[in-house]
Amino acid sequence: MSGINFLFPEFEVVRNDDRCIRCRVCERQCANEVHFYDAARDRVFSDESKCVNCQRCVSLCPTRALKIVRSDCRLRENANWDSDTIREVYKQAESGGVLLSSMGNPKPLPVYWDKLLINASQVTNPSIDPLREPMETRVFLGKKPKTLERDGNGKLKTELTPQLELDIPVMFSAMSYGSISYNAHASLARAATALGTCYNTGEGGLHEDFYKYGPNTIVQVASGRFGVHEDFLQAGAAIEIKMGQGAKPGIGGHLPGAKVGPDVSRTRMIPEGSDAISPAPHHDIYSIEDLRQLVWSLKEATGHVKPVIVKVAAVHNIAAIASGIARSGADIIAIDGFRGGTGAAPTRIRDHVGIPIELALASVDARLREEGIRDRVSLVAGGSIRSSADVVKAVALGADACYIATAAVLALGCHLCRTCQSGKCNWGIATQRPDLAKRLNPDIGSQRLINLMTAWKREIMELMGGMGINSIEALRGNRLMLRGVGLNETELRILGVSHAGE
Amino acid sequence: MKRYVIVGGGIAGVSCVEGIRSRDPEGEITLVAAEETSNYGRPLISYYLEGKTDLRRMSWRGEDFYEKNRVTALHAAAAEKLDPAAGELTLSTGARLPYDALCVCTGSHPFSPRFEGLETVEKRFFFTTMADALALEQTVTKESRVLVVGAGFIGLKCAEGLRDRAGSVTVCDLAEHAMSANLDPDCAPILERHLVKSGLRLLLGNTVTRFEGQKAHMQSGETLEFDVLVIAIGVRPETGLFAAAGGDVGRGIRVNEKQETSLPKIWAAGDCTESMDVSAGEPGVLAVLPNAALQGFCAGANMAGGAEVFDKGIKMNSIGFFGLHIMSAGSYTEPIYTEVAEDGCKKLFAKDGVLTGFILIGDVARAGIYTSLIRERTPLESVDLEALKKAPSLLPLGRAYRAEKLGGAV
Amino acid sequence: MKRVYVNEEWCLGCHLCEYNCAFANSGARDMVTALKGKPILPRIRVEGEGDVTYAVSCRHCRDPICIRGCISGALHKEGGTVCIDREKCVGCLTCVLLCPYGAVLPGPDGAAMKCELCLKNACGEPACAAGCPNRAIVYEEREEETV
Repeated sequence: MSGINFLFPEFEVVRNDDRCIRCRVCERQCANEVHFYDAARDRVFSDESKCVNCQRCVSLCPTRALKIVRSDCRLRENANWDSDTIREVYKQAESGGVLLSSMGNPKPLPVYWDKLLINASQVTNPSIDPLREPMETRVFLGKKPKTLERDGNGKLKTELTPQLELDIPVMFSAMSYGSISYNAHASLARAATALGTCYNTGEGGLHEDFYKYGPNTIVQVASGRFGVHEDFLQAGAAIEIKMGQGAKPGIGGHLPGAKVGPDVSRTRMIPEGSDAISPAPHHDIYSIEDLRQLVWSLKEATGHVKPVIVKVAAVHNIAAIASGIARSGADIIAIDGFRGGTGAAPTRIRDHVGIPIELALASVDARLREEGIRDRVSLVAGGSIRSSADVVKAVALGADACYIATAAVLALGCHLCRTCQSGKCNWGIATQRPDLAKRLNPDIGSQRLINLMTAWKREIMELMGGMGINSIEALRGNRLMLRGVGLNETELRILGVSHAGE
Repeated sequence: MKRYVIVGGGIAGVSCVEGIRSRDPEGEITLVAAEETSNYGRPLISYYLEGKTDLRRMSWRGEDFYEKNRVTALHAAAAEKLDPAAGELTLSTGARLPYDALCVCTGSHPFSPRFEGLETVEKRFFFTTMADALALEQTVTKESRVLVVGAGFIGLKCAEGLRDRAGSVTVCDLAEHAMSANLDPDCAPILERHLVKSGLRLLLGNTVTRFEGQKAHMQSGETLEFDVLVIAIGVRPETGLFAAAGGDVGRGIRVNEKQETSLPKIWAAGDCTESMDVSAGEPGVLAVLPNAALQGFCAGANMAGGAEVFDKGIKMNSIGFFGLHIMSAGSYTEPIYTEVAEDGCKKLFAKDGVLTGFILIGDVARAGIYTSLIRERTPLESVDLEALKKAPSLLPLGRAYRAEKLGGAV
Repeated sequence: MKRVYVNEEWCLGCHLCEYNCAFANSGARDMVTALKGKPILPRIRVEGEGDVTYAVSCRHCRDPICIRGCISGALHKEGGTVCIDREKCVGCLTCVLLCPYGAVLPGPDGAAMKCELCLKNACGEPACAAGCPNRAIVYEEREEETV
């Protein structure tokens, strides 16, 4: 529609002309074409309407001449009709379309991690210094036998089901090749290998160059079954069936044809330029029994040597769903909370569907324990795990490990501008444009991921040591190590923690 | 201990020392230099007159070069006789220098046709040695009218060096154009205009028929009065010593790509030699400083038992006059690109699928990329020739080339 | 020895290396003072456009033809680094004629200029590599160097 554009630019590019040396790096590096050099006036100008505040120019400006600030142009907003809400109405009135967004839910809904506090030892049960004492962060994901039997020589007689061994209780969660770049995948794969953990292919298949990282790869089977074939399944250390995603529970996925270049097309096994549409449901799964069939089919196809993960979004009756999954033969349940990120999701779904991971995790752990089947599965929590403290809290609430993705892409350079869907990621992450993708050198990317995880691992050990715990597995489900602040009775009950001071 | 003798203290001789010392730190080296000074870049003499350098800075490899390399350097010493059978060099003093390996680096001498009445000119000079420059420095005053015969690069560099020292400088040449050995008729006028604009008087296609004291009678009938005369018609390889010893001499001392001559234990390098010009496919006298340095090093290394080759020789020259840069290289075969403007030009020549030569005036940036293509005889079909014609760059040479050269040690 | 290596695959064509080089060799305390409103004369240059870009600077060849051919002896090696004594240089540009990579450049004052690996300026290590946002330029020792 033409006519008046009701939307003013959200950001302002502030250029300190005293500092600008006209190197034009901002102009060269902005895929949104915000900056332009005017030779006649020998000055660099900006078209702010295109700015997404990804900060690429700010980071690269060698004289720190740039800053991007939120425009102080204000709509006549009020507590009910805030600026974002009004803008969304304008956008829809203009386009008639479903609003699209990316990354996680930005709404000011409660973040329970921030209302949970971790315990520390004083006097009794002394704390442990991780610099002096061994400290175990290794975890094994998979079914655990109820009892162990040994023969006369002490050798284990019990046959263990496949386990996923991780040096740290954190994995990189699913991001498909297609939604993120080749170099982002390379960075994740190399970092996971160096760290002794896993990354996840997402529903994009596995590029032939990355098969060598197979022992640190979780291969995903989702509703579109893109890129799934025997070698793909054999390549991974574990197989994940994706039933749902925290950022968009109940709906499928959509990779626009523009992002399906030769490489993505070959990897996904779809024609070049065609939209890759993952249906909302798996069309062969309408019950736990159907899920069980797929779980066992995948196990059968891969010789029963790889654990199978079932990933679901955290939704209202998650505890019952998890109970069903635990009975389906899956080895691991991954629960994705409503603040989880995405490369693209309908805004309303992202912002209004699903429940917080903290509550979902606590209730699933409690339910599985009640039903006596907690040992049948490991639990992986994801959906906005932001720090090592979140990891420790998640483990204390019952997680065996966590999935991170937003934190991982932040390490790679993401500035949360939340325009992944445009395909013009200036940081080379959520793009398939070769000139942009090359901006992420996996030598740097993998190192930054390794640094981040190494730092988290040290912090986890510090926190564990403070609690007098020297093995992360001893913390799992140990809710006595948590206290709530500012939470009501119901929240505390669901979380299974006492209030601080109790 | 091996005994090395080097005849000549120019760039070839000094580089020969470097070549020997790259393999043999022990051997005994004697260097016989005809001039009072050695180890200086001969082309610097015009810059000396111009005041862009001085005697201290002119030392090519530093004043402590001989000491550091344990070289016995004999200056103002004339090598009189070379006896290859005995392996001995005799100096004019009668001193005998036995050698196990000898390198002839005698350079060239200025050449002058017989001008009638030349002996009547009191102040006449050549312009090839430091001594020439020092003598001119003494002689030329602000009032001097200088006549330079020869508008090749020696004559013109001399004229440039003298412009601010002299009252006037006139350059004449029988050839129709300046630097006729390096430039073609398309390009030369650019230089000529610049020289005139810079204050030189040029008389081209016109030379002296007869001297009479301070008068030069010109072919055109004109009579020129002058105070100081510089003869810069050209140079010839200095091959006398070697030829007298029975060595094979063409236009210069004939050498192979290892710089070996026809005589045993004798190598030769620099302006006195004739060697293969890869751009022309035939031997020639490649008398420019970089070749002398490369040949000298090659000869020295081989004298000390090495297996170096000098097999990429071409004529090449970079020169500037009053701020205008001129570069030329190789052989001017078939022109494949011509761009001539008022104040600059670019001409590229190719034959048999390789670049053979170029002339650049004005914009000379990155010309070495072209030079390298000529020297390496890079097949033009392996490069993006059209892009390369427009500007020398590594882009048209392809990714593999760049990966090797920029991603590796060279 | 440690050298500057260029990984074309990762070059973004951002030209920051040129500015970092010009700044490092300016002697000024900050980049604005050094470069604002002045011609930029870096010793490293980005070539190419669009998808293919890469930076070119002196390779510090094992046997540099520029040193052999320098008429004034201004070019010389210090350690493995090819350096230029700009006092000695008379500006004949024979080095420009000889360098196969086009990495020796005419300087602003007539004398030639070239990369000296920032060993002689306050930077101490190549500013191009230190400031490259994508490690397209690296300063490191490589195995082939053991020759």
